[in-house]
Amino acid sequence: MDPELLEIRRHLGAYPPFDALSDELLDEVAENIEISYYRAGSQILAANQSIESLCYVRSGAVEVYRRTGDLFDRLGEGSIFGHYGLLRGRRVHYPAVAIEDTLIYAIPVAVFDHLCEADDDFADFVELGRPRLEAAVETQRRGNDLMTTRVRKLVTRAPLIAESSETAREAALRLADEPAAALLVVEASGDDPRYTYADAEGALWQVRGILTDADFRARVVAAGLSADTPVGEIVSDRLVAVQSDETVQEAMLTMLRHNVHHLAVVHRRRPIGLIRLEDVVRYETQSSLYLIDSIFSQDTPAGLATLLPDVRTSAVRMIRDGADSRTVSTALSSIGRSFVRRLLELAEAELGPAPVPYAFMAMGSMARSEQTLVTDQDNALVLDDRFDPQRHDDYFQTLAQRVSDGLDACGYGYCKGGIMATNSRWRQPLAVWKHYFRSWIEQPNPERLLHSNIFFDLDNVHGEERFIEALQELVATEAGRSRAFLAAMSRNALNRTPPIGFFRDFVMEKDGRQNNSINVKRRGTAPLTDLIRIHALACGSRAQNSFERLSDIAETQLLGPGVTDRLSYALEILSMTRLRHQAIDIEQEQEPDNNIEPENVPAKERADIKEAFRALSQAQKFLRFRYPMPAGGVRAGRAG
Amino acid sequence: MGAKDGPLGGGWSGWLQDQARRAETPVLRAFYERFPADAGQPVGQTPLVALDLETSGLDPRRHAILSIGLVPFDLNAINIARRRYWILRPPRGFSGESVAYHHITHADTEQAPDFAEILPDLLDALAGRLPVVHYHPIERGFLERAVHQRGLGTFRFPVIDTMAIEARRYRQRWRMGLRRLLGKAPTSIRLNDSRARYHLPAYEGHQAVIDATGTAELLQAQIQHHYRSSTAVGDLWV
Repeated sequence: MDPELLEIRRHLGAYPPFDALSDELLDEVAENIEISYYRAGSQILAANQSIESLCYVRSGAVEVYRRTGDLFDRLGEGSIFGHYGLLRGRRVHYPAVAIEDTLIYAIPVAVFDHLCEADDDFADFVELGRPRLEAAVETQRRGNDLMTTRVRKLVTRAPLIAESSETAREAALRLADEPAAALLVVEASGDDPRYTYADAEGALWQVRGILTDADFRARVVAAGLSADTPVGEIVSDRLVAVQSDETVQEAMLTMLRHNVHHLAVVHRRRPIGLIRLEDVVRYETQSSLYLIDSIFSQDTPAGLATLLPDVRTSAVRMIRDGADSRTVSTALSSIGRSFVRRLLELAEAELGPAPVPYAFMAMGSMARSEQTLVTDQDNALVLDDRFDPQRHDDYFQTLAQRVSDGLDACGYGYCKGGIMATNSRWRQPLAVWKHYFRSWIEQPNPERLLHSNIFFDLDNVHGEERFIEALQELVATEAGRSRAFLAAMSRNALNRTPPIGFFRDFVMEKDGRQNNSINVKRRGTAPLTDLIRIHALACGSRAQNSFERLSDIAETQLLGPGVTDRLSYALEILSMTRLRHQAIDIEQEQEPDNNIEPENVPAKERADIKEAFRALSQAQKFLRFRYPMPAGGVRAGRAG
Repeated sequence: MGAKDGPLGGGWSGWLQDQARRAETPVLRAFYERFPADAGQPVGQTPLVALDLETSGLDPRRHAILSIGLVPFDLNAINIARRRYWILRPPRGFSGESVAYHHITHADTEQAPDFAEILPDLLDALAGRLPVVHYHPIERGFLERAVHQRGLGTFRFPVIDTMAIEARRYRQRWRMGLRRLLGKAPTSIRLNDSRARYHLPAYEGHQAVIDATGTAELLQAQIQHHYRSSTAVGDLWV
């Protein structure tokens, strides 16, 4: 590389998609750019003008518009534009204007074409061939396979080290202040290079072995040795160690094979920590399966509430290990259902068996198996039609109260809209529920449906499965046939819209306003699941999970080719963003929420999120067009 | 404004015609012949070349050129692919004064060609273009001296000086007086300070190609803010 272009190359290399280019390709870009200055307010690209290069914002800020004149994007340092035009007939697609004094690096089309050809990730970024969202989800998955947990993750601190000349008393005193319960014995002179390492000062040490609590008992006290015995005479010359990049599972097997409870973790030959069998076991037991097992072994609601930190740790770990949103959310939903079931079991054990059969129904995210770390409870009771309020309701009210209070204690807050089985309106026999659903579907209006769309995600958690199936059947066969219902639902689904994306450390709104943070549920996943629900109802799908609904929709001609894939990728990106930011909150010891702050979003992710917002925005436009309000008002009946 | 420190009498256009007739070597004659000599030509229609020298000091009689960087450009685009860069072997014992400053070492210069060897290439790269520099006494003084010293003739031509353009705006006598009256330091017209006024990014280091590029960007900005592309080059050159 010519040193004279380092300045240019360094800047390009800090921003996607150039950050992932090989050195050769990055050189090729830097060596061929053309630089142009644009004063604030001047036009950079005019509509329909021919375009010869990809534009890179070196400094300043640029606004890109749709042909309609609507703001399409606001770009800061390190952003690119013009690629749509380059890929579509070499004509400017979106005009661009400098909104600050701006310096543009123009990358000639010949170089652009070569980059697209030579680098698949670059091609993906500019959306040549594979759509951007698909590529992003794919990249996330690729990272996944490499992500096996390494044993170094269990190492929380450097090992205690004792020289072999130190006395048993001194060593025991040091251990007494430490939770480690083991130390590493080393000596200065050694002849076995396998165990020799250099410390920070460059001194050479040889590791003799690990000395544990149990050794003091068995080899000092029980053997009648003096407390002044040097530890070198106590420790057994048998170091059992694992390399820091071995898997946790390998560490556990090593312990079993050697029948030891402590293991030295070494990086090459330098010891970096000691781990105990308990560390490994604890790590393994944070898995969601173990958690569900321990939910069912709790005997009191208070016992269940103590599991909240474990739920969070387990989810954060899954997120950090690179699981996708479906895996994390399915696990969290299973955990949530287990809490409900166990609370019902405990209540029944105390109150006696239910006087008539019932089903405990979940709505919203639990029904969709899309729970995150921030969730409130949405539930209801569907009772047998023999239900007699005079004789039976005391029982069910108490049952509902127990579950609701128990869930609240476990971190599933009360539903602010009162959609809980504790509300007598949502504690009704099956016949009444059928009547509810029919009246929503047959006499819809947006206001009435505003708070009841949540009922169209429904699933059984405990009890009579057939009650819930009857309701699911009713919804699947009738909702899709009512044009007025779909139109009213659609109107509500358009109440919440996504922003355009990010500009510097702000969230960019369509009208050009900038905010410091964004609620990614309200502005992303919720409107997306709303619109997926409507299409799913329209095509008679019985699925509750949004991804499964999208598969059902894809089998019909309802949406254009590729649209369901695009929505599914968008949902994955937005859901994962939401989960990842909740994990950040928990790691920073804050209460998790649904807000994301742009400064916590790396540049590559920003581009993906922006693309997901765009997919949502387009899908909302189509929704408005596909399910228009029927002429003559909202009370029109079935379309037939 | 015209040719203030250019030739007396006929101004730069006459001087360039004169040199084209009198030049002692064919390469210099070709250079003068192709030079954009029409003082009335709009700057927006004039091919330009940003030029920067790194020298071992400020005095052309005692110090040497260490490297030359240039980038062809016009008011629309700066053409990085056509940049040129030469490291030179200084003629006399080279004190190494600004080695650290320029990142050029003795080892670099020992293997390097003498100015005379690269002159044809340099003239070729400059051909037909009006040079643009930041603080012209360096480029003018060192280039004229280097050519003269080697007995190759007279090498003096008009240039656009981005520092002089800044000085016209920020170092006018009344403006300086006003700032002094207000207790303010005179406005800096060094390259990076001047660039910052137009919101151009700061470039690190003093590598000749990067400084030439920075000068080209500065001229684009100055024209957009204070002049037009139809401004005559004769109003800008010095």
